[in-house]
Order: sequence, then C-alpha cells, then structure tokens
Amino acid sequence: MDAILFSAADFHVLKPVILLCLFGCGILITDAFLIRNRADRWKNAIPALAAQVAVAASLVQHLGDVRSGGAFSGLNGSMQVDGFAVFFNWLFVLAASLAIVISARYMGAEGEHRGEFYALLLFAQAGMSVMAAGYDLVVLFIGLETMALSFYVLVGFLRDTRRSNEAALKYLILGAFSSGLLAYGFSILYGISGSTNLGEIAKAVAARSEGDLALFLALITCSVGLLFKIAAAPFHMWAPDVYEGAPTPVTAYVSVASKAASFALMLRIFLTAFESAAEAWMPLLGAIALVTMTIGNFAAVTQTNVKRMLAYSSIAHAGYILLGLVAGNETGLRGVAVYLLAYVFMNYGAFALVAALRREGEAAEDIDDFNGLYHRAPGYTILLAIFMLSLTGIPPLAGFYGKYFIFLAILREGYYLVAVFAAIYVAVSAFYYFRLIRACWLLEEGEQQKPAQLDMNFGTRAALVACALLTLLIGIYPQPFIDLAGESVLAALR
Amino acid sequence: MPRDYIPILIFVVVAAAFPIVTLLVAKLIRPSAPGKTKLEAYECGIAPETDTRGRYSIRFYLVAILFVIFDVETIFLLPWAIQFDALGLFGLIEMLVFLAILIVGYVWLFRQRALKWA
Amino acid sequence: MSIDSILFYLFAVIILGSAIMTITRRNVVHSAIWLIGALVGVAGLYLLQGAEFLAGVQIIVYIGGITVLFLFVIMLVPVREEALTHRFSSQKWIAVFCSVVVLVILMAFVVHGGGSLEFPTREAPLEPGSLTKNSEEVGYVLFSEYLLPFELASILLLVAIIGAVVMSKTRKSETES
Repeated sequence: MDAILFSAADFHVLKPVILLCLFGCGILITDAFLIRNRADRWKNAIPALAAQVAVAASLVQHLGDVRSGGAFSGLNGSMQVDGFAVFFNWLFVLAASLAIVISARYMGAEGEHRGEFYALLLFAQAGMSVMAAGYDLVVLFIGLETMALSFYVLVGFLRDTRRSNEAALKYLILGAFSSGLLAYGFSILYGISGSTNLGEIAKAVAARSEGDLALFLALITCSVGLLFKIAAAPFHMWAPDVYEGAPTPVTAYVSVASKAASFALMLRIFLTAFESAAEAWMPLLGAIALVTMTIGNFAAVTQTNVKRMLAYSSIAHAGYILLGLVAGNETGLRGVAVYLLAYVFMNYGAFALVAALRREGEAAEDIDDFNGLYHRAPGYTILLAIFMLSLTGIPPLAGFYGKYFIFLAILREGYYLVAVFAAIYVAVSAFYYFRLIRACWLLEEGEQQKPAQLDMNFGTRAALVACALLTLLIGIYPQPFIDLAGESVLAALR
Repeated sequence: MPRDYIPILIFVVVAAAFPIVTLLVAKLIRPSAPGKTKLEAYECGIAPETDTRGRYSIRFYLVAILFVIFDVETIFLLPWAIQFDALGLFGLIEMLVFLAILIVGYVWLFRQRALKWA
Repeated sequence: MSIDSILFYLFAVIILGSAIMTITRRNVVHSAIWLIGALVGVAGLYLLQGAEFLAGVQIIVYIGGITVLFLFVIMLVPVREEALTHRFSSQKWIAVFCSVVVLVILMAFVVHGGGSLEFPTREAPLEPGSLTKNSEEVGYVLFSEYLLPFELASILLLVAIIGAVVMSKTRKSETES
C-alpha cells in the first residue's frame, strides 16, 4: 500500500496549488463570517495578494530546486515541476496580482467586491497552475475545467449587466463544447497508449505508424479543443463578446492568464505527447495561425469599440504565438515564452487603462471617446501609447522581442511566405493601434480643454506604472528575461 | 457477466410492463363515454388562467443545481466506502480533506442565505 | 451471436433511437424525457464493459440529477412551442456540413482504424458468472494513483457551488443579508 502515500516531496511539488486553494477557502470563510464593513475594498483583496506572495515564495523554492537538481515530479508522476511549469506559474502570479489590484477599485465601484470574486480568481489560478505543471491527462483536464469554470462565473459576475450575462453564457456554452472535444481527444490518447501519463503516451504515439487513424483523430480533437481555448480562428467567435461583456479586470485576466495557461497546456501536449507526430500537426497549426492573424487583424481594423478592438487584436496575437510553436525550433519556443511574458504586461496595461478611465467618469468605450485624452490626462496617454506601441511590436519595447524571435524562428525553418504575411499583418495592426494613439492627441475644434481630474487610486496607478515600466524594461534590457524564457523552453523540449 | 444482471432485467421488464398492462386492461374494461364536463375543473377547482409553462422562481433551479453538485460528491464517497479497510487512515484523511473543501462551500452557501426561501 | 453482442445492439438501438427522438421533438419536455432513454442505453453499454461503477454514476448523476436539472431549466424558461418552429434554420446548412465532416472522420476511423486502440488488459481474467471488482478497483485507483484529480475535483465542485449561487442569486436577497 505504499503507493498511496503523500510524501513531503509531493507536498513540495503541489505547494503553489495547495496555497492557492487554502487562501481561496480562507477568503470565502472570512468574508462570510468576519467582515462586517462591506465598504472596505481591500479587506478581501489583501489576503488574495498575500496568497500571491506565498505562491511566489514557493515558486522561488521551485526555481532553485530546478536549477540545482533539474526537473522533479511528484504524485506518481502526475505533476512535473520544471522550468516550463515555473515560468508559466510566474506569469499567472503576475497576472493574478495585477488583476487583484485593479479589481479592488473596479469591483468596489460596481459594489461587487465580495469574497467570492477573489476566491474565484485564486481557484482559477490554482487550475492554471495545475495545467502548467500537470503531466497526466486527468490532472490536466481537471485543472483546465477548474480554470474554465471559475472564468465563466467571473465573466458573468456583474449580474445586473446584460452584456456580462450574455458573455458568460456564450463563454460557458462554447467553452463546454470545446472541453468536450478535448476530453474526447484525451480519451483516444488513453486508448492509444493505455496510460494517462504524458510520458507513456509520447512513447505509444512514437511507436505508431504514420497516418495512423486513431492518432489523427486524437490530434484533430485535441487541437480543436485547445484552439478554442486560445481563441484561434476559426474558433475565436466567443472572444470579442466575452472580452467586451466581462468586467474589465476579468477581461484582462482572461485575455492574459487564460491564454497563457491554454498555451502552456497546448505546448505541453504537442511537445510531449504529439512530439513524434510533428509533421502532421505543423502544417495544420501553421494554416490556423495564418487564418487567425488574418481574421484578428482585419476585424480589429473595423472595430470602433476599444475593448472589441483589443479583443480582436488579442486573437491576432494568438496567431503570432502559434507561429512560434509551428516553427518548432528552440528560437520559436523561446519566442513563445518571451511573447507571453511581454503580452502579460502590455495587454494588461491596455485593458487596465481602459478600465481605469472608465471608472473615472471617462466613457472609454469608443475610440472617439479617447479624442483629446492627452490634453486631459497626459500621463495616462503616454502609458497608453507605450502599451499600444509595444502591442504593435515597435523596438525597444517588450512586444518587439516576442515578434523578433518568432520571425527569426520561422525564417530559419524556411517559411518565407508565412513570414511575409506575418510582416504585412504587423503593418495592419500598426494601423489600428496608431489610430487609438492618434485619437488621444486629437482635439476637436471648439472643444473645451477640460482640466484633467483623473486621479486614480494608488493601486491602479501602481499597477499601470509597473506594467509600463516592465514593458520598457524587457524592451531595453531583455537579456535576463530571454534567458529565463529560454530555460523554460529547454525544459519543455526535454 | 451479463447473467448477473438477469434479476435487474426481470425487474426492469416488470416495472415497464406494469403501467402498460394496467392501462391496457383499464382501457378494455372501462366504459367509454367522453364528455365536456369531465374535462373541467372538479367542483371548487379554479379554471387555469394560463398554461402550465409559466415562469418559475430561480430558487428551484438553485436547489436543483446544488442537488446535482452534492450528488456528485456522494458519488465520490461510494468507492471510498467500498475500499474503506484497504485504504485505511490515509484514505480517511483524504476523504476528510475532500469533504472539508466542500464544507467550506456549504458554510459559505449557508452564510449567503442562498438556501433561504423567503 | 453471443448474448453480449445482442445486448450491445439492443443498447445501441436504444441510444440512437432516443437520441434521434430527443433532437426531433418539438416539445422540450419530451426531448428531455427521451434523453433519459439515451442515457439509460449508455449506462447499459458501461455495464457490458464491466464498468459497473460508471454505470451507477450514469444513472445516479445523469438521470437522477442532470435530467431533473434540465426539466427545471425548461420550467424556468417559458418557451412556447411556436417559438421553436424555426429554430436554427438560418445556420442549418453550416450545421449539416459540420455534422457530415465529423461523420466522415468518425466513419473512417471506425472502418479503417478499428482495433487500433489498446486498452490495459486485466491481469487475471474474470471467472464467468462472477461480479467484477470494478467499484473496488475504481476506489483503489481513485485514492492512490489519481489522488490529485480526486482532491482537485472537490475544488471544482466548490467553484461550481459558488458559481451557481453567484449566477442565480437575486439582488434583493443580497441587500437583505
């Protein structure tokens, strides 16, 4: 019976997840019993931030162990802590911390700053953490479902808003559908290998002949399920509605963390289980990536609503990130990691800024609402410009390096035509990002120059400035970040 | 293997046959004299205003979905109960952790007054 | 034909017939009732495979829980039958196309890929006439090899509880509390 022991090593592997669950439950209980003063916005946010600190501490431990002794696994090999898992966990910690900081203000203003909101944020993160470190199909799937279920609720958290409800419903139906497909794919993978462990599956897949139908079916269903989750075309339809309807802090969290977690799952499955079938999936994903970039960029051009524009642009970004996986070489995967890291800050910044402006009485919905923003709030306009330029991929900002590595990777593999298209789409994306920046400096004739009174609270301001500074820092001094990303990639390739 | 389920099969067949046979026999025996008055509300009953598919309170749904959730929870209890001896103390602790997490949800639910009908 | 095959085809007919009835009924309540038929058929297939535990779960959770939930939802949303006459008609051909594609892929798999899946075999074949130790095995595996998914499932259920309450609670009861 020694198989059913939960050792100290297992506990160590699982520590981030356990911490997140404990803090989540703790917030639920303290909110229900102890907190009388409902007006205090920070009473639930501070324990949630404390959870992030605790998780970060355990991640530092993990990173140290991985660096000194290599990857280690626990719980009968169903979780594997390697550079890859630690890297993605860092992304989730960053994304969640930023989300908590801007939520305190935003949800407070909506009167919805309740314990369950923060608890759900933490449970979602626990699910994502499992997705990044899981090495077993069942574990991965339950992690994915925990994340997804939390997000359905978070998206619909503003129940009095029709749009929020509609977004939650669409997300739920399409998300459940894609989960079903993914589960089907997983079941075939189990049928192929007789095991749920990714390592065993990789061996069984490698032993299969080319053009094996079971393998093909597993590949198709897994891809479709995962492409839904990362909102790649033609499975992107839910993203704009969800991003538009959700409370903005949740939009930022979903667009960054959920995407990163889904990419982590995708990389893990494609680079381990399906590694030997790379010839089959590379052209498929390459075509998907091109379609995604086309649809995302051209649809973004036609949008007048800022949140929808950012939503379509995030679909386009998913296309670029996919290209890194398609290239499949080390540079490409490093590009994926760098891209996701940069994406956390720049996309977060963009959404947080839109959220913050809206809270301050600015109607930051249509692009026209940004007209003359510079004359009212020069500081925030500059931040906005930084995020937009970084999203376009202008050096020396963080967004540039992600695109740089991915272009380099696809050129190395000789996909010149793909590179040409990707470059054209960068130009297209520059059009709509610059349009927003231009609007900020635009002052219509006769319009009164309102004195700006956009003083945001400390948390939002700190989060925005931190995002902008990190966007700049990664752009100007990229080496340590690239090294960190490279380290995680090496772990995934092994 | 399937022959272990023959008692269940017999049970299912009897259960299915019972209403069918009853209805058929009743149809054969009873006199048939349909009339409009027979379809009306009985004595002091009130004639229905709308059809039955009106809007129900969302609370019914809440109770139903909570039932499903705790139903799933009991499903997890069953294999543990069967293997109770083999799993020993470790299984007990595992189950307690599992239940503790759900009890957090139950306590929270209770404090939210989600179960209160008024 | 062995008794197993006969039972398999019986359950297959039950599943397919009920499923077709489910999607073609105008009245949603009838659809939900027919769905029970399909779910019973699936439970029967599980039994044929010796997965007694799964068959029990299928009956208790799907038929006892989920279908009841469906009926509640149908009652909550007053949909008139007339409203359903033109359902999905605008996307009919896209749906037909997608279904045909999926059908072709699955048929190709069934025809050419049959037997290409391997499942872990039982170490000792069961004696005929004896009940499988399926539930015991599930219990053991769930609490040893799949310990983590088991505990995570409770977090998943907790999230489901929170979600159900958050989404269905009305604003009024909130201000009272």
